[in-house]
Order: sequence, then structure tokens, then C-alpha cells
Amino acid sequence: MRRLSPSRAVLLVARREFLGKVRTRSFVIGTIVIVAVLAGYVLLQAVLFDQAGRSTVGLNGQATVLAEPLKETAKAFGREVSTVDVTDPAKAEEDVRSGDLDVLITGAPDALRVVVKDNLNSELQNALDAIVKQQVLNAQLAEAGLDPAVVAKNMAAARVTVVALEPESSQQGQRLAIGLVIAALLYYSLLVYGTMVAQGVVEEKSSRVVEILLATLRPWQLLLGKVMGLGAVGLVQLVLIGGIGLVLSTTTGTIDIPGLAGGALATGVLWYLIGFFLYATVFAAAASLVSRQEELQSVLTPISTVIIIAFVVGINLLIQDPSGTTVTVLSMLPPFAPILMPGRMAIGVAPLWQVLLSIVLAIGFVAAITWLGGKIYSNAVLRTGSRVKLRDALR
Amino acid sequence: MTNQEESTVAQGVLEIDRISKRYGEVVALRDMTFEVRAGELFGFVGSNGAGKTTAMRIALGVLAADSGEVRWNGEPITFETRRRIGYMPEERGLYPKMKVLEQLVYLAELHGLSTNDAHRSAENWIARLGVRDRRNDEVQKLSLGNQQRVQLAAALVHEPDVLVLDEPFSGLDPVAVDVMSQVLREKASAGVPVVFSSHQLDLVERLCDRIGIVRSGAMVACGTVDELRAGGETRLVVEVPDAAEGWADGVPGVRVVEVQGPRTTLELTPEADDQAVLGAALATGPVREFSRQRPSLTELFRNVVTEEGVA
Repeated sequence: MRRLSPSRAVLLVARREFLGKVRTRSFVIGTIVIVAVLAGYVLLQAVLFDQAGRSTVGLNGQATVLAEPLKETAKAFGREVSTVDVTDPAKAEEDVRSGDLDVLITGAPDALRVVVKDNLNSELQNALDAIVKQQVLNAQLAEAGLDPAVVAKNMAAARVTVVALEPESSQQGQRLAIGLVIAALLYYSLLVYGTMVAQGVVEEKSSRVVEILLATLRPWQLLLGKVMGLGAVGLVQLVLIGGIGLVLSTTTGTIDIPGLAGGALATGVLWYLIGFFLYATVFAAAASLVSRQEELQSVLTPISTVIIIAFVVGINLLIQDPSGTTVTVLSMLPPFAPILMPGRMAIGVAPLWQVLLSIVLAIGFVAAITWLGGKIYSNAVLRTGSRVKLRDALR
Repeated sequence: MTNQEESTVAQGVLEIDRISKRYGEVVALRDMTFEVRAGELFGFVGSNGAGKTTAMRIALGVLAADSGEVRWNGEPITFETRRRIGYMPEERGLYPKMKVLEQLVYLAELHGLSTNDAHRSAENWIARLGVRDRRNDEVQKLSLGNQQRVQLAAALVHEPDVLVLDEPFSGLDPVAVDVMSQVLREKASAGVPVVFSSHQLDLVERLCDRIGIVRSGAMVACGTVDELRAGGETRLVVEVPDAAEGWADGVPGVRVVEVQGPRTTLELTPEADDQAVLGAALATGPVREFSRQRPSLTELFRNVVTEEGVA
């Protein structure tokens, strides 16, 4: 007699689910669209960042000596400056008007005339003010018989000592962005692939193929195979999107913290696995209660709502204060942890004990929910017709 | 009744033994008992809602019985032995968006075939059932008749030791009916017990070795068509052109059912003597026809259903 081991049964089901989904046009197109949107966003950020941080300054006549001091001073104020020497002020003014030049500077160093199109960037303004003041100061120092270079050196050494009680990472912006992206990706993956599991369950019920399958498979084998197969599809997509995003953002310099994005992607994958097993069983159990796709929405709404709340509320709290009490507690509760904890981890505000506690709680919750969901699924999946009451399915 | 004693030799026999099933207040099956022997085509007939589908689903283990037992080779059927059954559910079940060949290979693998064997068997059955040119089409794109052929292939693709088919002939064109009949006959000849339900009673009568008639969840008649006929009333058709009306009235146990010109249809009780009828007929003059009319399965079935109405 031919035998079918439980592991081969589960793998066969998983393989069908995986190949069946990965080869669909909707998966391929969907993934391409998401990658394109992500790439577009990263590139736009890079370009905007580049443009916003850089000014082209035209220098004319005596002002050309300012090229080096201007670059250095502007940099100290947080602005990149590139300079060009211009010979024809009238034509240069036209360039400013057309936007080819951001700023045109003419005149003697102690009486500069600055031409801009509409307004002068405040960092550049501060830099120019500082230079002009320095010029005046240098002249006065020289009159008083002091060496401006020595004075400048002494001044540079003088500074206040800052003691930060809760130091904010200088990389806070980038970290927050990564945290939000990770939370958004997990939100998307859990919702989309959880729903896919539910649709698969109902498809088998409505087409009655489940009767044939359950004559040769145990319900748990069918359920586990389905969850594993579709979970793998989601994982492939997550890694693909995350990986491409990582490469793009690193090469364009949008993210310049070594290892941060990679680490965030790794924790994202871990939390995806936990979250998917947590939600997929619930989605499957809910779907097994109905027999038609049209009835599916009504049983899925409560589950989707939890995920949406975790995302919407969580994102708002993360932006406001990622260490706040509410978001800290939420991020450790199993239904919300898979979206919020990886976000907080990427931002760098989750202590190790909170991470470990949330993982332990989530895994315990997964065990309980898998047991319960498997029971509901086994009891309800062969009952076609009207919607099965949850109470009946639990008997 | 000649084979009944041999039922103790349970090799290759599918036994349904006193299966009962209730849905709340509704009794779906009441001590349903029958057996399908190796190499036998067993026809399962009954009105809608009589319990045929419920009995088949219980045999397949997709439904649990309240009491009773299903045995295969004399042993209570287990999950492993159920894998050896080929099943065609009443409401057809295939993945609508999966391609024909892929689907059959998948189902064969799920029943324990290696990937190579599964491919070979799937190719074989789609060729055999005439859906080879649709092998790479999604099932939902096939006509209902072709979907049915694929459904049968799905029941056969793992070369099962038992076949349980719920209404395999419904919705098939005559050519497909012939193909299906031939395949079932062949399977039975190969020693596989085959049980199927159907409302096409002429087909059941022609095809099946034995027939079970179900009424209200219980088996009310079971046996070969001849066995089902035995014990019932006999009908005689007699053509006597010169006879006067009421010529047969004097013969005991005889009732006139119908007179059509010279032809008279008579119903005889089991005790009545047909030779006495022939004597009475000859006494009227020449006898052109004297024949025993065998009730068809349809008539036998109708009798059972009528009894149901009376009961």
C-alpha cells in the first residue's frame, strides 16, 4: 500500500499554494508595482535631499576670494555650497532668475551684494553674515595689532559642554523612517496574505474540493500546508521589496547608518513569521465558517480591524513618541506586536527585555491560537451551506 | 440470495454495517446496511433525500456516523485505507483555477503516488476519458460534461482499490455515459468494488450487478434485479383475439389490469397458476401471445416509493 507521510502531505499542499500564487499575474505585477513605488520614493527622497541641501553660488569680482570661506562656513551651518566664478554680472542675474544659479554675490567682502530669485536660504544667509562679520572683525583686529588667525584659533577652542539627560540619536530621522517603512510592510503583508489564506479556505469550501482533499488529508495538514505555502509567498515578496529598498536607499545615500536597514529587515522577517502564523490561523478559522466568497468579508472584518488599528494608531504613536507608555504596552501585546515592535526596534527605543518579552508572549499566543483555530477549522470546514456558528464549531 | 452466505469472506468487500446518522431532529440514516463485493458494480438508488449521499460521505470519512461501522477487507476502515478509495462527491469538487493535468497530478500525489507515477497515471486517465486536449486549461474553462470527466479522472487517478461515486452519470451526454459505463465495468472486472448512486434507473438496471434501494435512510431492497423482482406479483400479457370480456375472471389469484383490444394484461399473485391462465386463454380460441412481463427497475422502484407513501 502506498503511504503518504504527514510531512510530505503538508509539503505537497504548501508547494501547490506557493507555486499557484507566485505564478499568477497579480502577484508578479503587484510586486513590481510595490518595488517601483518604493524605488520612486527612495530616489525622490535622494534627489530632494540633494537639491535641498545644496546651493550653487556665483561669485563676481572681489567676491571670488570668498569661495573657500563660504564653502566651509556654509557647511558648518549644514549646507553644501558649490561656487562658480562669473564674469558677466548681468548674465549671471539672468541665470539667477531662471534658476540655474541659486545665488549671485558681487562687491567687496565687507559690503557684499547678494542677488537671489525670491529669498535667501537661511543657512546661507547665516553663513554670509558670519563671513561679513568675520571680515569686519579681522580688519579691526589687524588695526588693534592682533593676528586674526590666532584669535580665530582661540575662539574655535572655546565652546560650551552639553550634557544630554536623554540623548537623542543624531540618526533619529532615518531610524524613524525605517521603523515606519518596516511597520507598513508588515501591515501590508499580514493583511494581504492573511486574507489570501482566508480566500483559499473558502475557495476549497465553495468548490467542494475540500471533500476530496479531506478524504486523504487530515484537516491540520491541509491548514498547515496552506499557511506555510502562502506564508512563503509573503516572505518572498517581503524580502524582495525589503532587499531592493535596502540596496537603493544605501546606494543613493538616503540611509547612511551602516547595518541599520539590514538589521531592521532581519527583525522585520522574524516578526513577519511570528505575525503570519498568529494571524493566518485566525483568518483560516474565520473563513472556514462561511461557504461563499461573498460572506467572507463579514467574518474577516473583526480581524482586519485589529491589524488596521495596530497600524494606524501605532504609527501615530510611533511618530509622536516611540517610547510612550501606550505604544510601549501595545508593542508587547501579541496582536499588535508584529507591527509595532519591529518599528520600535528599528527606531532603537525598545530595550532587549521588551523585545524578548513580546516574542515570548507572541509565541505563546500563536500556540494557543493555532490550537483553537485548528479546532474551529477542522469542525467547520466540511459544513457547507449557511454560516457555521462559532459556538457549534468549538464543540 | 445465493451469494449472501459468502459475505463472511470479507476479502475485497466494502461493508456498510448498521450506520446511523441524525442531523438534530432529522434522521438521515437508520441502520443502513449493505456490502459491495470485489468485482461488483453496485447501484445505489433512492429518492432525493433518502440518505445516499450521507452514506457515501460517511464511507469516505468526510462525515462521522453516530453509530455503526464501515469495513474494508473485514477490518474497520481507517484513515490510511480510506486513501485507497476513489471518490466522486455529489457536488463536484475541483480547484476551478487549476489546470486539468496539474490538478490530477496533485490529487494523485496526495493519495501517495510518487511524482512520476502521478504524472503517468494522470496522462493515462485524461487520454482515456477524452480530455487530453484540455490538459493545460483551467478546470473552470471546461464544459460541465468535460469537468465531469475530469472529476472521474480525479477519482481514478490514484488507481483506487474501491470506487465510491455519487451521481457519476448526471449531466453527461450519451457518449460520455458510454465511456463512463465502460470504465466502471472495467474497474469492476479488475476486482474493484464499485458503488455509485444514480437516478437513471434504466442505466443502473443495465449496468449493475446488484442494486440497493434506499428509503428514508434505510436499505429496503437489495440484490440483483431478478432477486428484487422475486416475491413480487407477476404480470402476464395475453393476446386472445376471439375472447369475450371477462374470460380470465374464473382463474383464482388473477386480476385484470388492462385490456387493449385483443391484449389483456393480468396480474397474478405468487400463488396463482399461470398454466391455468393459459388453459383459460386456449379455451377462448387461438392465443397469439402469451408472455410474462418483467417489471423494470423503474417499476420496482416506484412500488417501493409507493409503499413509502402508504407507510
